[in-house]
Amino acid sequence: MSNARAAIFQRLNAVERPTVDLSQRESLSVFAWDKAERIRRFTERMQMVRAEVYHSDREHWLDTVAEICQAKGLNNLLLSAHTEWGQAISQNTERFPTLKHYEHSIENWKEELFYDVDAGLTSTLGGVAETGTLILWSNPDEPRTLSLVPPIHIAILDTEQLFSTFAEAVNTQGWLEQGLPTNALLISGPSRSADIAQVLAYGVHGPKELVVVLVSEMLDE
Amino acid sequence: MTTEFRIDVEKALGKTEVRAHFRKAMDTLMTNRRHQFPDDAALQALRHQAQAIRANALSKLPELLEQLETNLTKNGIQVHWAETTDEANQIVLGIMQKHNAKSIIKGKSMVSEEMGLNHFLEERGIEALESDLGEFIIQLDGETPSHIIMPAIHKSKEQISQLFHDKFPDIPYTDDVDELTASARRILRDKFYAAPVGLSGVNFAVAETGTLCLVENEGNGRMSTTIPPVHIAVTGIEKVVEKLSDIPPLLSILPRSATGQPITTYFNMISGPRKADEKDGPTEVHLVLLDNGRSTIYSDPELLATLRCIRCGACINHCPVYVRIGGHSYGTVYPGPIGTILEPQKEGLKVHGELIQASSLCGACGEVCPVRIPIPDIINRLRYDSVRKDTEHTNTRDAGSKRKPLEAAIWQGWAWSAARPSVYNLGGNIATQLRGLVPNKVGAWTRVRSAPKLADKTLHQQLKALGVDHE
Repeated sequence: MSNARAAIFQRLNAVERPTVDLSQRESLSVFAWDKAERIRRFTERMQMVRAEVYHSDREHWLDTVAEICQAKGLNNLLLSAHTEWGQAISQNTERFPTLKHYEHSIENWKEELFYDVDAGLTSTLGGVAETGTLILWSNPDEPRTLSLVPPIHIAILDTEQLFSTFAEAVNTQGWLEQGLPTNALLISGPSRSADIAQVLAYGVHGPKELVVVLVSEMLDE
Repeated sequence: MTTEFRIDVEKALGKTEVRAHFRKAMDTLMTNRRHQFPDDAALQALRHQAQAIRANALSKLPELLEQLETNLTKNGIQVHWAETTDEANQIVLGIMQKHNAKSIIKGKSMVSEEMGLNHFLEERGIEALESDLGEFIIQLDGETPSHIIMPAIHKSKEQISQLFHDKFPDIPYTDDVDELTASARRILRDKFYAAPVGLSGVNFAVAETGTLCLVENEGNGRMSTTIPPVHIAVTGIEKVVEKLSDIPPLLSILPRSATGQPITTYFNMISGPRKADEKDGPTEVHLVLLDNGRSTIYSDPELLATLRCIRCGACINHCPVYVRIGGHSYGTVYPGPIGTILEPQKEGLKVHGELIQASSLCGACGEVCPVRIPIPDIINRLRYDSVRKDTEHTNTRDAGSKRKPLEAAIWQGWAWSAARPSVYNLGGNIATQLRGLVPNKVGAWTRVRSAPKLADKTLHQQLKALGVDHE
C-alpha cells in the first residue's frame, strides 16, 4: 500500500497552494465568569440534558456520595481504590454498597463488568462551564470503561478545576505540554439519541444516568 | 428527459407522509441551530475562524499528513493509505483476516458508507453490524442513510416499531421510544461484548499530537473504539487539522451547526492503543486514510473549498430541495448541497452531474455553512465545467460531458448579439411583435404552469418611455 501513499503525496505536492492567515488562533469564547457563575452555568447546562448535579464540599462529599448510592438503590459500586476519592470511600465501606475495585484487565472480568455492575464512580480532570462538560483522562487506575459500561456514572469534580471554556482548560492544564493520554474524553450528559423520530431517548449505549458531585473547599465560599 | 434521478425525485415527491417527516425534522433542526447562535456577529466571527482553521490545514495538507502519520506511529497507531475505496476495503479485510475475525461492530462513519464496506465484507462472509441507533435501524431494513447525521430521519416511529417487531419477534410490540431504545441497547451490548473488531470514523485528526477525535451522543463510538481488541478508524485525507488548539473552536461550531446542541454528549480523543499498564482499550489501533478523488479536488484552487467540510449537515437541513425530495433521491452517499458538490467531483459528472441541476441557488447552504464553503458558487462552477469547451483547464472528471452543440450555438449567438446593441434591439423588437405566436402549450413546462407571455414592449422601450436614459 506504500504505492498508494506515494501516489497521494505526489498529487498533493504537485499543487500550488494558497497561503492562509491564521492569526486568530485564540478561542473566541472568552468569558469573565467568577467561580459562582461557572458553577451556576455548569449546573444549568448539565441539568438541561438530564444529568443530576449535587454541590458539596471537602467535609461533606462522602455523605453526598453515600446518599446518592442509597437513593439509587445500588447493590454495588465500581471504582478505583487509588484515587483520592476512591481511597476515602474504600475506607468507609460500611456506608456504601458493595465496592468493586477495577483491578484487572477487562478480559479477565468482562462478563461481570458488562452485566453485574450497577454504577461506576470516577474522578475528573476538570470541567467546562460554557457547555456543561466533564473532562476525563483514562489511566491505569480509572480505565475508559469505568465511565462507559455501567448504567450509572457518578463523577466527582473539584470546582477548582471548573473552567469557563474547553480552550481555557486545555491551556491552563497544559495538555500539550503534558502529552495526551490514550483517551481524553469530554462528557456532557448521559448517553442519548434522537434517532427514532427525533424523540429524545436516554441510555443508548453509554450510561443511562450521569450524576455529578461538585466538591468545593467550603460550600459557602 | 427521464433519468433515474428524475424518476426517484418524482416518487419521493409523491410520498406526502415521508415529506412531512422531513419537513418537521428540518424545521426542528433549523430552529435548534438558530437558538444556538443568538448573536449574529459572534456567529460570523466563529465561522470566519473555523474557515481559517480548515483552510490553513488544507494549505499545509501534505506536510500535516506526514506529521500526523509520524505522530500516530509514535503513539502506536498503525497508518494505512488507500487511493480508492476498494483499496480501503482490502486494508480493513486484511486486518480482520490477520485476527481471524468474522465480525465487525461499527460506530457511525460516513467514509465507511462511501467505501460500501458493509456490502464488501458481507460478500466475504464477514458480519458488519451498525451500532449507531439510526444506522442500526436502517441496516435492519436494508436501507442506506437518508441524512449524514440523522440516518433514519425518513422513518416514522410506527415504521420503526413494526420493523423491530418483524426482525425481533421475541420482543413484544411497542411504539414507546424508550422501550425501543432499551431493546436496541440490550441487543447491541451483547454484540459489543463479543466483537473482535470495532470500526469508527474520525471527525478531526490532530497532526500535532497524533490524535483521532470523535463526536457522538450515544456512546456507540466510545464502545466501538474501546471494547473490541482491535479498533480500525477510517477517514478521508482532508480531515487533518494542524494543532490541538484548533479543536475547541471546531468543536464549538460543529454540534451547534449540526443538531443545535451546545456540545455532543461525548467528545472522544484517541491518541493510542492500550498501554502496558492499562486495563482496557484496544491493543491495536489502525487508521485508514482514504483519498478517493480528494487529491483531485485539492488540485483546483476554487473547488478546494469543498474539502473544508466538517460534515455537520447544516447545508442539508436548510436546503429547500433536500427537504422536498429527501436523502435517498440523490442516489449518493452524501445527499443535499454538500453531496451535490462533492459527489460529481468524486464520481464524475457523467455519473452524478445531474445533481448540480437540483438546486435553486437560493444560497441558504452557503449562508449556514460553519466553514463558509461557497456551495452555490461551486455548483455554478460545476455547471460551467459540465458544459465548457476548454476542458484542458479543469481537472473535474467528465468536464464538458454535458455540452450540446445546439445549446452551445444558441448561447454563442446570444453572446454575439448582446455585444451588438443594434442587433440586440432589433431582436427584442421582433420578439415583442411576434409574441402572439407563443403557443399555449410548451412541452413539460406547461404541464403544471401556464405558458409565458412576452410583454408588448421591450424593457428598453419601456424605460425610454419613462424617460430613463440608460446610455
